[in-house]
Amino acid sequence: MAEHYKPVKYKAWEMNLEERFQEVFPPLSEREAVLEANRCLYCYDAPCMVACPTHIDIPTFIRKISTGNVTGSARTIMEANLMGASCARVCPVQELCEGACVLEHDEKPIMIGRLQRYAMDYADEKKIKFFNKGKSLGKKVAVVGAGPAGLTCAGELAKMGFEVTCYERKMWPGGLSTYGIVVFREPVEVARAEAKKIEDLGVTMKTGVTIGEDIQFDQLLKDNDAVFVSIGLGSVPNMDIPGEDLDGVVDGLEFIEETKVKPLSDIKYGNRICVIGAGNTAIDCATIARRLGSERVTMIYRRSEAEMPAYHFEYQFALGEGVSFSFLTQPVEVLSNNGKVDGLKCVRMDLGEPDESGRRVAVPVPNSEFVVPCDMVIKAIGQLKHTPFIAKLGEYGIKTVKGYIAVDGKTNRTAHEKIFAGGDCIRSKGEASTVMATQDGKIAARAIYEQLTGNRIPEGTLKKSTDMTIEPAMEKGYALHEHKPRVHATAPTK
Amino acid sequence: MADLSINFNGIKSPNPFWLASAPPSNSGYQVQKAFEAGWGGAVWKTVGAPVMNVCNRYGTIDYKGRKIIGLNNVELISDRPLDVNLKEMRETKKNFPDHAVIASVMVESKKEAWQEIIKRIEDTGVDGFELNFGCPHGMSERGMGSAMGQVPEYTCMVTEWVMEVATKPVIVKLTPNVTDIVHPARAAVKANASAISLINTINSIMGVDLDTFEIRPNVGGKGGHGGYAGPAVKPIALHLLSSVASDEEVRKAGIPISGMGGVETWQDAVEFMLLGSTSVQVCTAVMHFGFRVVEDMIDGMSNWMDERGFKTCTDFIGASLPRISSFGDFDLGFQSVARIDHNKCIQCNLCFIACNDTAHQCIDLKDMKLTDEVTERLWPVVREEDCVGCALCASVCPVDDCITMTEIDTGRPHITWNQLIKEKPEVLQWDKMVEYREKNHIHIH
Repeated sequence: MAEHYKPVKYKAWEMNLEERFQEVFPPLSEREAVLEANRCLYCYDAPCMVACPTHIDIPTFIRKISTGNVTGSARTIMEANLMGASCARVCPVQELCEGACVLEHDEKPIMIGRLQRYAMDYADEKKIKFFNKGKSLGKKVAVVGAGPAGLTCAGELAKMGFEVTCYERKMWPGGLSTYGIVVFREPVEVARAEAKKIEDLGVTMKTGVTIGEDIQFDQLLKDNDAVFVSIGLGSVPNMDIPGEDLDGVVDGLEFIEETKVKPLSDIKYGNRICVIGAGNTAIDCATIARRLGSERVTMIYRRSEAEMPAYHFEYQFALGEGVSFSFLTQPVEVLSNNGKVDGLKCVRMDLGEPDESGRRVAVPVPNSEFVVPCDMVIKAIGQLKHTPFIAKLGEYGIKTVKGYIAVDGKTNRTAHEKIFAGGDCIRSKGEASTVMATQDGKIAARAIYEQLTGNRIPEGTLKKSTDMTIEPAMEKGYALHEHKPRVHATAPTK
Repeated sequence: MADLSINFNGIKSPNPFWLASAPPSNSGYQVQKAFEAGWGGAVWKTVGAPVMNVCNRYGTIDYKGRKIIGLNNVELISDRPLDVNLKEMRETKKNFPDHAVIASVMVESKKEAWQEIIKRIEDTGVDGFELNFGCPHGMSERGMGSAMGQVPEYTCMVTEWVMEVATKPVIVKLTPNVTDIVHPARAAVKANASAISLINTINSIMGVDLDTFEIRPNVGGKGGHGGYAGPAVKPIALHLLSSVASDEEVRKAGIPISGMGGVETWQDAVEFMLLGSTSVQVCTAVMHFGFRVVEDMIDGMSNWMDERGFKTCTDFIGASLPRISSFGDFDLGFQSVARIDHNKCIQCNLCFIACNDTAHQCIDLKDMKLTDEVTERLWPVVREEDCVGCALCASVCPVDDCITMTEIDTGRPHITWNQLIKEKPEVLQWDKMVEYREKNHIHIH
């Protein structure tokens, strides 16, 4: 029977280790893609397009799949979003494009994410190169941090003719796409191929380079006409509880990273794991643990299901993976035996009055301590900011908001005229996501171009579909005949 | 990137995509908005005799959840005064000098009337004319539109009147509502028309309301034939296009053809061009989705041309015409049989029931081990020696590339019907036909 007509093996225990770490959603077959594309209504001024932070012209790319112009489809995506392959996999589509789809009301929304992946995979397989390095403008830009924001900014600038150098601390570019997204959502090869496309635009990629150690920021600023800072966030903060330093307590992001860069069989994991936190990273850690083979994975979260920051579909996914949730539970101590983790002491919580943010505060229940036996504790309670680096930027007059770099929203420029920033390191409000970071990179690229050349952005570059006006011809004075209001005759009464 | 520009007997256009003469090209506002969106040309909605329109004007056919596979209309030619149309044509041409603006014309069958309007329109600077000899409703009852196009002598006469005064190219638009479209096409050639366009809409009634017994579209309780267009008419249009394009007299005249009838995508457009269209005209698709559909038409055709190494449209216009033939010249020795790829088969058995009930009973359902799959269902299996190669099973199969019609050599003589009856006229008798078949091991199940 044809492979794509076979029911997917959905029970983890029926799959081997490699199979469990394949992408959760299989690629659409050509038939599936065309059928789904033909279901799209091709709305005008489509809400999906408005909902996409990068404003991909979604109805157009879907129509092109339906007409067999898959090359054109991929181009439409890439014109708006150089991280199209990553976004197709990791975007919270239910919260964005698919959530806005008009068919949500009485059918089901179009599978926009999977169609986007179909088009991007096609272009990748055919090795189609859509853009070239622009004619040299004789200006140099440095990008610090080669995650989605940095790569996008670098790519867009290269298309416009800038000499761009990306500095990346890690061995590979791609940021969280490469190191932080679970492999069954986005394989590392996809993230690396996407970064390669940016290099192919003539961007110089310097990896394994730490700014402040290998090169001083001062030097970058001196050598370049502008600098884009997209340093993301750092490691998971301390919980400040006893036993936190024990062997067997790990950083959630490091745990995910191992699954991206190491052979799966080399990864050490516990058999009974407590994951602390209930955000999307925590869910990733828990589901990875289950797929690696952990028999009991419990998520420990001090508030209730209603307050958990993870997307609802991620929560559903974790439940389906057999992860158990211990809500209203606060860890107070990691217990050990012979220096090794053997339990997590917790206390039950109750929800009290709402705090400033409107979330109800969790209050410990006296004398309610209990122990969850476990041999591994994974911390996933958020990420620290790169405070020393940001403090260094303070020397250039750069301001911060809640510890994040402060920028002007229209240009992503900081208080220093040559320094721009984007990505998670500026996300003082709203969701941190690949697609938002990508848009940050676009915004900064546009602003850098306009600032350094004095020109308005050239037509067709950084195409933003919502710039389209409802009636362009009308605005240009083509409405040559006057539209007189019609006088409606009153219906004769019998 | 490929060059999509065309030269249509002197009418230059940046690409082969034109708005057809229809509601989308009703005004300067619309045509210019369409040019902004990327359309290469537009045939203005027909101007001419004064008219009054009715409601409702459009009726559509939806098919199993898909909207508008066919659309019909009883709308007339432009109901805006001629002066207004002329002013807007002039303005449009001034704003878009490199786009093709073509005026569609229809007046009563009087030489002076035709010649006067042609001169007045030519003064606006338009690139050419299209003579509307095809409108099948409303105007035809007044002796215009298809009433002219259905009589080759009238087609020739009016075209000659126009050719006497026109200095710009004149396209004659043909109606499909005739027995053989080649005759009016030859009439246009005889009158020295600069080009031909086809097809206009097809006579149709869209449906009847089961509750009210009203006709669709319903005009105040009544209804009548209207012009049918949209994706459903494409095969008819392709046939009529190929008959005209491969006609010897039309070919000798060397005039271009503008094809239309159900063009919705770049793929449709390529098919029309492979069968001899130099430009393609579109109406229903833009009425369904707006002018923006042209972006994919341009992008898709351009990518297709790049993939095949075509530099310009002339590299492939008419490329499939040499393959147009007639039944009597087909090879009776060409044999194909259905082959089922059981690794792809999903065991829906549609092929079996189609073959068994309605074709030649050459698929069996068998309990066999054909794949690694464990299944209790029976497999459809073709008895190849009995397969007549009709291709029905491959047509109903819902799985891509599961049933393939495969060419085989059975040793049948490669001869056409025309050759056969010339060489062996006796086969026109059944007993001789049976004898001929037996001699050549042709077994009909």
